[in-house]
Amino acid sequence: MTRFRPAGKTYVRSTTGWWRKNPHFVRYMIRESSAVFVSIYALVLLAGLVSLTVGEVAFDMWRAALATPVSVVFHLVAALFVAYHSMTWFMVMPKTMPDLPVSPRLITAGGIVASVVMSMLILWWAAR
Amino acid sequence: MSDDTATRTIEIECLRYCSETDAEPRFQTYHVPFRDDMSVLQGLQHIKDHIDGTLTFRWSCRMAICGSCGQMVNGVPQLACHTFLRDYFPGKVRVEPLDHFPIIRDLVIDQTGFLDKLEAVKPYLIPRVEKPVAAGAYVQTPKQMERYYQYSQCINCLLCYAACPQYGLNPAFAGPAALATMHRYNADSRDQGWIARRDVANAEEGVWGCTLVGYCSEVCPKDVDPAHAINQNKVNSTIDYFGLGRFLGKGGGE
Repeated sequence: MTRFRPAGKTYVRSTTGWWRKNPHFVRYMIRESSAVFVSIYALVLLAGLVSLTVGEVAFDMWRAALATPVSVVFHLVAALFVAYHSMTWFMVMPKTMPDLPVSPRLITAGGIVASVVMSMLILWWAAR
Repeated sequence: MSDDTATRTIEIECLRYCSETDAEPRFQTYHVPFRDDMSVLQGLQHIKDHIDGTLTFRWSCRMAICGSCGQMVNGVPQLACHTFLRDYFPGKVRVEPLDHFPIIRDLVIDQTGFLDKLEAVKPYLIPRVEKPVAAGAYVQTPKQMERYYQYSQCINCLLCYAACPQYGLNPAFAGPAALATMHRYNADSRDQGWIARRDVANAEEGVWGCTLVGYCSEVCPKDVDPAHAINQNKVNSTIDYFGLGRFLGKGGGE
């Protein structure tokens, strides 16, 4: 397999609890687990869309379910995670793009500003 | 202004492991006198020369060029020569071998697995057109050189592997430095590029082993940015997977 002479007896350290060792890894794990909240939120939204196609009664039931305390708490928590998720999304964005003539910071800042502006616009449109 | 000739004493805690006598690693503490201009490497050298000659570690150039002295310094992958004791004083310094690699002895890790990966990415120019020597050099514009120059700065110090949890969890993953080196050649206008190394990139252990933790690029002492190199190639790999190369008029990475 290897043409390099492997070392004799070695000691392999355990990777248990690796993500607690470094703040960077903790942030990474929060970033990845935030996707769970993002997907549950998407499913809730999808359920609303389905109930809308079923009929008015179903849609009203879905809206009533949204107004329950459990749902309100979930949506507040989910909103925090979604905000963190979108922020980290734009933070890693420059790494996933080809070399561009603009600074990576500009891509990150541009993405975050655009998402904040869009959220505000949607909020204004919904509340109007 | 601090007096850099003043000597203070710092505690250096080293991981010790000897396969012949130890069942598992232990820590040993040394009290090391240091001046403001002393690196962690010089601290280790002081231990070896004056306190305990059995402490084993790799080093060579002392100036962040050779990439031999990578260690975990207080849990962060660092070149020991590029890290200063004064920045840790009055706290202590804990020096461990690079994470995710098997320990041979004390601070020395087994890097044979990496050498295989480096070889697998064919880290040499594979010319598009073979020319006889008489035909002259393969010329390149400064702009073409710029595309790969950053990735050619890798010194194989392996700090990025110690910073990569995916490599820690799956040692078969080709890892940051090998894939950044792959990109260095793929991005070279004189090279065949993506086509020559697509098998390594497309493999399960290739670019898709990366989940963009991004810490590799932060610890790199040469600003190579392996995370960027790997994730650009995910696009090329996707193009391959869906067979889109012929529609886009390229085999990715061109």
